[in-house]
Amino acid sequence: MSHGSGSRRTIGVEGLSRVEGEGSLRVVVHDGTVTDVALEIFEPPRYFEALLVGRHFTEAPDITARICGICPVAYQMSACAAMEDACGVTVDERVASLRRLLYCGEWIQSHALHVYLLHAPDFLGCADAVELAERDRGAVERGLDLKRIGNLIMATVGGRAIHPVNVRVGGFYRAPAPDAVAALAEPLRRARDAALATVAWVSGFDIPDVPGTYRFVALRDDGRYPIERGRPCSSEGLDVSPAEFGDLAVEEQVARSTALHARLGGRDPYLTGPLARYALNSATLPPIAAQAAAEAGLGPVCSNPFQSIVVRSVELVFACDEALALVEAYAPPDPPAVDVVPRRGAGTGVTEAPRGLLLHRYEIDEDGTILQARIMPPTSQNQLTIEADLRRVVQDGLDLGDDDLQWRCEQAVRNHDPCISCAAHFLDVSVLTA
Amino acid sequence: MAEPRPSLAVWKFASCDGCQLTLLDCEDELLTLAAAVQIAHFTEMSRATVAGPYDLSLVEGSISTPADADRIVAIRANSRRLVTIGACATAGGIQGLRNFAASGTYAETVYAHPEYLASLDTSTPISAHVEVDYELHGCPVDRRQLLEVIAASLAGRAPVVPGHSVCQECKGRGTVCLLVAGATPCLGPVTRSGCGALCPAVGRGCFGCFGPADTANTASLATQLRRQGMAPIEMARLFATFNAGAPAFRDEVSAQGGAVQVAFGRTPRSRNHEAPR
Repeated sequence: MSHGSGSRRTIGVEGLSRVEGEGSLRVVVHDGTVTDVALEIFEPPRYFEALLVGRHFTEAPDITARICGICPVAYQMSACAAMEDACGVTVDERVASLRRLLYCGEWIQSHALHVYLLHAPDFLGCADAVELAERDRGAVERGLDLKRIGNLIMATVGGRAIHPVNVRVGGFYRAPAPDAVAALAEPLRRARDAALATVAWVSGFDIPDVPGTYRFVALRDDGRYPIERGRPCSSEGLDVSPAEFGDLAVEEQVARSTALHARLGGRDPYLTGPLARYALNSATLPPIAAQAAAEAGLGPVCSNPFQSIVVRSVELVFACDEALALVEAYAPPDPPAVDVVPRRGAGTGVTEAPRGLLLHRYEIDEDGTILQARIMPPTSQNQLTIEADLRRVVQDGLDLGDDDLQWRCEQAVRNHDPCISCAAHFLDVSVLTA
Repeated sequence: MAEPRPSLAVWKFASCDGCQLTLLDCEDELLTLAAAVQIAHFTEMSRATVAGPYDLSLVEGSISTPADADRIVAIRANSRRLVTIGACATAGGIQGLRNFAASGTYAETVYAHPEYLASLDTSTPISAHVEVDYELHGCPVDRRQLLEVIAASLAGRAPVVPGHSVCQECKGRGTVCLLVAGATPCLGPVTRSGCGALCPAVGRGCFGCFGPADTANTASLATQLRRQGMAPIEMARLFATFNAGAPAFRDEVSAQGGAVQVAFGRTPRSRNHEAPR
């Protein structure tokens, strides 16, 4: 819904679509200047940080997976990393590689969902992927095939695509059989080709050029593109341990807003996710992904949020290529999990969810009982930056008619693939009033 | 002239999105389904929305705010058939653990300013608020079962979804019984089938994603687990996950007495919300 009257113009979307979860947005323009921007969340709070208290530390991966059906592996991986940190345990490289393979499956599934079903329709003027399929069925089928192959990896390694059952603190319940993993190679070769075709497809879209100035935050992992581990780093030279990052990222609840906002050092908004990962790690991409990025016209850093669909597609190429390499090198971890004995203490885990950095921090008792939990999902970290993007996009697009400007705003939110279900475990539901 | 296609609406309440994602995970059937029905309201998938009434509404999530308690009534009134999908919608979900805790303690743990919240002290299934035509279980729901329920609902017949336990699926795939052979705690004997007995196949006891089976004898299983040395707090945790609000599981949690208060009832230490520095 949108309407203008005199010098005051309000752009509002009451039920934001093609995002994970339920939210809305509202932008107010006074005399040609954007005066108010709010990405509002009406997803009910679910209180995960409270319900985890009193649970056993081994339960955190399965319980926190239920924060998000789109990226359950991210929750499982950050929870495992935090608990292993608390207990002073390091998993062996075979377990780490299998986790990385599982996580690649989630990146492929989630990125294919976002690129093809949620985001591409914006660039092509379609309400949804069904309408898009009427025009270009081949493209949608390619996207669905990518998504299917991502899910296949998750089912093969994790036992199930949504809320995998095979993950435990310390590793896995059972290592998948070598022939089952080897059978992923052929679909992954097909997926890698489909991902390359995806980069070519999206880089041909008519992409608005509304660059921003971002403080990027992403993991760095010893010269590898980061997924399941690494050190939090920023485009301004920050390079800290996961625990130090947890102290630096301060979240505040403010009455005007519907979300906790994370700021570095309590001051500075920042952005996590594909643009940030790419900006801090593009030099570590394997040749096939680096070449795809170059052919799509991307430099080492991309600051136009509307090009995030291109970056996400480059990450699809990377994830398919990386998964294929992991499949070809697969040796079952034996045992599939290391013993993790609880001790009194605290631990922090950070991993790269498809839509950005996900931090878990737990305090546990000597018997493994969780005493305190903190979960900081990507969307709460990106909230302030998404609002800043909206402000810029509206200012830049004042010549557009209301309907077009409203759509442009929706697209600007979807640029960052916000997961409102994730964020809502601590978001409030108060209604914003004018 | 072709008959108008039946209209399908998908609604979300307190949940993780995983059950409606299951619909998008029907990669082989999605475009066929979209041709067979009019997808009239499905915000995760489309920015287009068509006013009701709807022939079939699929509802994900539990009721946990006053606004949602009103919204589900309006959706029911606008839906010819209403089917709930998943553990949140059928049993209150993992967020239903607040039902075991003292009033208000959860909000105070997570929020610096609980006074900004408009949240209920309980998380309850859809059936506690409106009449439901069919409940599909699972955390998440199974893709094949979801397609069966949609097809059956649109055809006006009863869905063919078995109500027996996970044990039958384990036997079907030839998995050795963990409970008997390995003394591994397993909820398989009392949990509804549908997942394909995934956990025992990886050497892990069932943890009850699909909630209680039709004729679940939880008391008998609890006796067996106690005999194998399971402590009351472990028993409370085992039964109190995604389907803790389902009566057969809830009763077994409550039967653990004081352990329940230890696990879910105490006031946790407050989360570290700091003012800007």
